[in-house]
Amino acid sequence: MKKLSKTARQNGITYGIVIIAFVVMQILISTGNISSSLEGLLIPFCYYVILAVSLNLVVGVLGELSLGHAGFMCVGAFASAFFTKCVQDTITNSLLRFVLALIIGALVAALFGVLIGIPVLRLRGDYLAIVTLAFGEIIKNLVNVLFIGRDSNGFHFSMKDAFSLGMEPDGEVLVNGPQGISGISHDSTFIIGVVLVLLTLFIVLRLINSRDGRAIQSIRDNRIAAESVGINVTKYKLMAFSVSAALAGVGGVLYAHNLSTLSATPKNFGYNMSIMILVYVVLGGIGNIRGSVIAPVVLNLLLDYFLRKFQMMGDNVVLNFLSDNRMLVYAIVLIVIMLFSWSPKMIAWREQVFHKKAKEEAE
Amino acid sequence: MSFLNYLISGVSLGSVYAIIALGYTMVYGIAKMLNFAHGDVIMVGAYVVFFATSGAGVPAIPAVLLSMVVCTVLGVVIEKVAYKPLRNASSSLAVLITAIGVSYLLQNLALLICGSNTKSFTSVVGIPALHLAGGQLVITGETLTTIVACFVIVGCLSLFISKTKPGQAMLAVSEDKGAAQLMGINVNGTIALTFAIGSGLAAIAGVLLCSAYPSLMPTTGSMPGIKAFVAAVFGGIGSIPGAMIGGILLGVIEIFGRAYISSQMADAIVFAVLIVVLLVKPTGLFGKVVQEKV
Amino acid sequence: MAMLEVKNLGISFGGLRAVNGFNVTIEKGQLYGLIGPNGAGKTTVFNLLTGVYRPDTGNIILDGQDITGKKTIEISKAGVARTFQNIRLFSKMSVLDNVKVGLHNHHVYSALAGILHTPAYRREEKIMNEKAMDLLKVFELDDAADTLASNLPYGKQRKLEIARALATDPKLLLLDEPAAGMNPKETQELMDMIRFVREHFDMTILLIEHDMKLVSGICEELCVLNFGEVLAQGKTADVLHNPQVITAYLGE
Repeated sequence: MKKLSKTARQNGITYGIVIIAFVVMQILISTGNISSSLEGLLIPFCYYVILAVSLNLVVGVLGELSLGHAGFMCVGAFASAFFTKCVQDTITNSLLRFVLALIIGALVAALFGVLIGIPVLRLRGDYLAIVTLAFGEIIKNLVNVLFIGRDSNGFHFSMKDAFSLGMEPDGEVLVNGPQGISGISHDSTFIIGVVLVLLTLFIVLRLINSRDGRAIQSIRDNRIAAESVGINVTKYKLMAFSVSAALAGVGGVLYAHNLSTLSATPKNFGYNMSIMILVYVVLGGIGNIRGSVIAPVVLNLLLDYFLRKFQMMGDNVVLNFLSDNRMLVYAIVLIVIMLFSWSPKMIAWREQVFHKKAKEEAE
Repeated sequence: MSFLNYLISGVSLGSVYAIIALGYTMVYGIAKMLNFAHGDVIMVGAYVVFFATSGAGVPAIPAVLLSMVVCTVLGVVIEKVAYKPLRNASSSLAVLITAIGVSYLLQNLALLICGSNTKSFTSVVGIPALHLAGGQLVITGETLTTIVACFVIVGCLSLFISKTKPGQAMLAVSEDKGAAQLMGINVNGTIALTFAIGSGLAAIAGVLLCSAYPSLMPTTGSMPGIKAFVAAVFGGIGSIPGAMIGGILLGVIEIFGRAYISSQMADAIVFAVLIVVLLVKPTGLFGKVVQEKV
Repeated sequence: MAMLEVKNLGISFGGLRAVNGFNVTIEKGQLYGLIGPNGAGKTTVFNLLTGVYRPDTGNIILDGQDITGKKTIEISKAGVARTFQNIRLFSKMSVLDNVKVGLHNHHVYSALAGILHTPAYRREEKIMNEKAMDLLKVFELDDAADTLASNLPYGKQRKLEIARALATDPKLLLLDEPAAGMNPKETQELMDMIRFVREHFDMTILLIEHDMKLVSGICEELCVLNFGEVLAQGKTADVLHNPQVITAYLGE
């Protein structure tokens, strides 16, 4: 019983951090003490956190590396933006429209998660990582050759170009291949973003502390032992994977409705994005959900702070270096953290140092 | 005739994949890790040759040799600094994630040093193209060199592993690291040697790749790298003839896919091959079944 | 009716016949020992009984139910639980949660109920906590309920593995070298504990062991495996005096 309340308290702190951060930002906005670059980061913060937390469900809780997380985000973004584009004139209440788009984005992403998960989750480790990477790239490629139009006769599809849609003159191209979807109504707000972060945390934290969450963790810790006590490994891998995909889809919905034009480029939905989310997860701690909330925000705040500082100082060399080489910094962070926190020698060294400290304090 | 032309360029591209795949398959067989940064070593190799020939005017062969030396040293350093400390980590994800970090580090260092603009790589191959069947069938010097290089490398590597002491040590370490250690084999040295050979080959692959497809940028190595891993899995990870056959088949599949299905979907087709192989025959064409110990 | 009836069980790996013509009958409530030199195929027998490997020949009847060739999960649900020679705990989970994973298939609620904390969730979690704590008390692990499994000392890790196996409410418990790595005092305690488990849970136990003292001390019947084949089988005292067994064991 004591343990339950302890978990509840820990989770409460995590929710609290999000709410306090939200209140602080709101105060900064209402008093006009926020830079425009930071204000532009508020919604990205929300989807970065959602993506990091959902990826941590697969990497930290299930113990498998997925490198196609951006692919699910892409699916959620396109499915929901397509829906919004279709109903923009019929549903005028932006909140209602967003909620419906959200449900569609999450469901389609979850569907892709299941479809991809069924073959892929029979694999483990390196193979799973490379296949999820491949799927992420395939999704991005597919979206770039997808053309959908609508005219008085209904919807038209093509995988070639907009002309092959064969539409009446009154027709409108909704999804235009590499140009993507344009004219999406700007339905994402910071408040919606924070609510979605809290929703994501609610689902993930409670899932982890339930029967199913324990089953997922048992697979991570020892698959053979999990099977020996009757855990259905495939079922729970698929559950973790599809919940993670659905939440990545939620991140994608938030992302899509923060833009006017949505297109799939290597930068936003490619491998780069998947790696950036992985950097957040590793930085916050693999398996540490609260860390996945804090890491993306702190990392981006720091970058934003330094960028502005060097801008003010007029130091264009450092400024350009930082803004051009963000991924270089991330790569170094990734390697250093992995070596520091996972190398057996480092672990032994840390234990030695901390034990010494604890001993000195005791004396 | 176009079919034959496609087939030849497929075999040529596949030969590059095969040379890269050798590096993956050897490292995977011995260190049991997916060296994600292998593709980026290729890019480094190509840049070294580019700057040596176009920048400093070094002739082709010394430039390639220099590139091999640089890549060999790079491969060994990466192994020593980033992978070795995590060899006995409690989670196998640790070294994989670090390898991804190294891959990103190399790409972004290249971006920093060489810039983001695409360099036009001048082919280092001086052999003229062959015109067959009255000029309808053209085999370029690059194609010939690539295919010959692939066969020579596979032949030498097979001989090295079966006939020499360090080669036998590699086999022993890939079978059972602990037992090899007990038999007095220098496991760390053998793993370092594997990385050295794989990275040296990556330099050759980089030069051949950029001679045939002359645009060089920091991300040049990443896609071929991933595809070569697909080739290694296709052929059966750990198997040298498997890497060659897997690489060539994959190159042919990619070129045919590009020609007959859709150029934008060619990558997707290659990855679809990987998924089908892993589901139908997870050990690949020549791989061994490894039973997990309970 | 016997609790476990195994007839003509066999499996080959490549050209090697790892287990051949293995027969055993274990009555309900019996404590049965499986012994033999290293590499004799003892753990392979466990892996066959628990569905890790599929047998080439023979059949396995558990309490009248044919479980031959079934998957590990189905066999676990049918009532076979095991421990492992090299301890396999859920090391990053708490001691309590390790046992609760064992209770997984007996207390069911949906994932949605787990997220929404429905009454079904609260009820089942409460029962699971109570049952798990009861089991931990039996093994004197209740004080360490919140500890990570990997932080337990070796002997307690072995106990936790048995507690987790018992949580699945098995009909048959398979213990793979439970005394491995223990000193004589710990081994003595373990013997007492195994006896206690049998009495307290009315359990049928099949045990692999190297420690002859432990085997002769608690097992009623023994089976000796050598090179995958049964060398001797029967009452413990008879088997231990069998000249063939002595030769196999002492290598004379």
